[in-house]
Amino acid sequence: MSKQPSKLLFETFINSRRNFIQKAGGLSMSAAAIGLLSGTSINAFAGEKAVAQDVRILNTAIGAEHEAVAAYQLGAESGLLEPDVLKVAVGFQGHHKEHIDALSKAIRSLGGEADDAKSNYQFPVEKLKKQRDVLAFAAGLERGAVSAYANAIPVFDNRDLSLAAASILADEAMHWAVLRSALGLDPVPGAFFS
Amino acid sequence: MFFRRKFPGQATLLLTLLICESVLAADADREAGKLAYNQCIGCHSFAYHRTGPKHCNLIGRIAGTAKNFEYSDAMHISRVVWSRETLNDFLASPLTYMPGTSMGFIGVKNSDQRMNLVEYLVHQSESDQCDP
Ligand code: HEC
Repeated sequence: MSKQPSKLLFETFINSRRNFIQKAGGLSMSAAAIGLLSGTSINAFAGEKAVAQDVRILNTAIGAEHEAVAAYQLGAESGLLEPDVLKVAVGFQGHHKEHIDALSKAIRSLGGEADDAKSNYQFPVEKLKKQRDVLAFAAGLERGAVSAYANAIPVFDNRDLSLAAASILADEAMHWAVLRSALGLDPVPGAFFS
Repeated sequence: MFFRRKFPGQATLLLTLLICESVLAADADREAGKLAYNQCIGCHSFAYHRTGPKHCNLIGRIAGTAKNFEYSDAMHISRVVWSRETLNDFLASPLTYMPGTSMGFIGVKNSDQRMNLVEYLVHQSESDQCDP
């Protein structure tokens, strides 16, 4: 039976490494050397993949933050918000911009590139007729964001990123509570959220 | 047959009740599914693309092929076709089912909740709001 090319390649690799190790100093060292060599290369590979995944997850979060900034912009420019409410909305928008900055910095520190905002976002504009509609729309986005961060925190390989995401989650949960309160709803409708 | 001959009225009634009950049960499951969908609304909507692709007409679609959405390479080349079964598997743990996906989401771990969610997705993705 002829051998498959991939198997042949593998055996060649093992043999040449065995030769190399034998030449380099005998069998007693080879076991440790094989362990070290294969250990570090596999870890480095797994590490790279984990970092790439963290970057992807961060960029997805950035995407949602950009959408929030655009949504608050739409609300602010709608002419539907009373001055005091407008001030709060612009403040919240500022937080979302800060989230983008923090997440982008994290991506750069991992050697990645942060995604830019999209050129346009689709929103249910036809449903925004009064202040209450804008507040309800913003509350929906914040609620979604809280849940998205909660479900992203466990998948980061790097725990520092989970910590950063938790900090952002807390901020967005506060936005949600304030918006619910402004809508005359129970600001904290439960003990748990998923 | 015996049952029908002897109690035709009751049989019809029983049947009607059974159908009503299963319709009600389906409604309840879908309602639970809608609640579970709260975990998705941070990134998705049915009618249009957001951070994630739109969910209209999902069933039967090849993963990563909705127009005008930029997918990860992993999803784009996956060749998964969305069905109740593949959705169930994907949503249990997206990053394990499809390594390299940009949907950074731990998964819906409760299998009942997941089943209800999938039913809701199937139902909604074929509803009026999803007419082409
Ligand atoms: C943090 C944002 C986020 C959340 C929350 C999220 N998704 Fe996604 N979803 C995405 C992104 C981004 C993609 C595209 C993934 C890719 O290209 O790898 C996606 C892709 C998908 C797809 C593939 C669709 C297609 O066109 O092939 C399905 C199905 C899906 N998501 C369902 C869900 C469901 C159901 C939930 C809630 C349980 C959910 N997602 C929660 C961001 C999210």
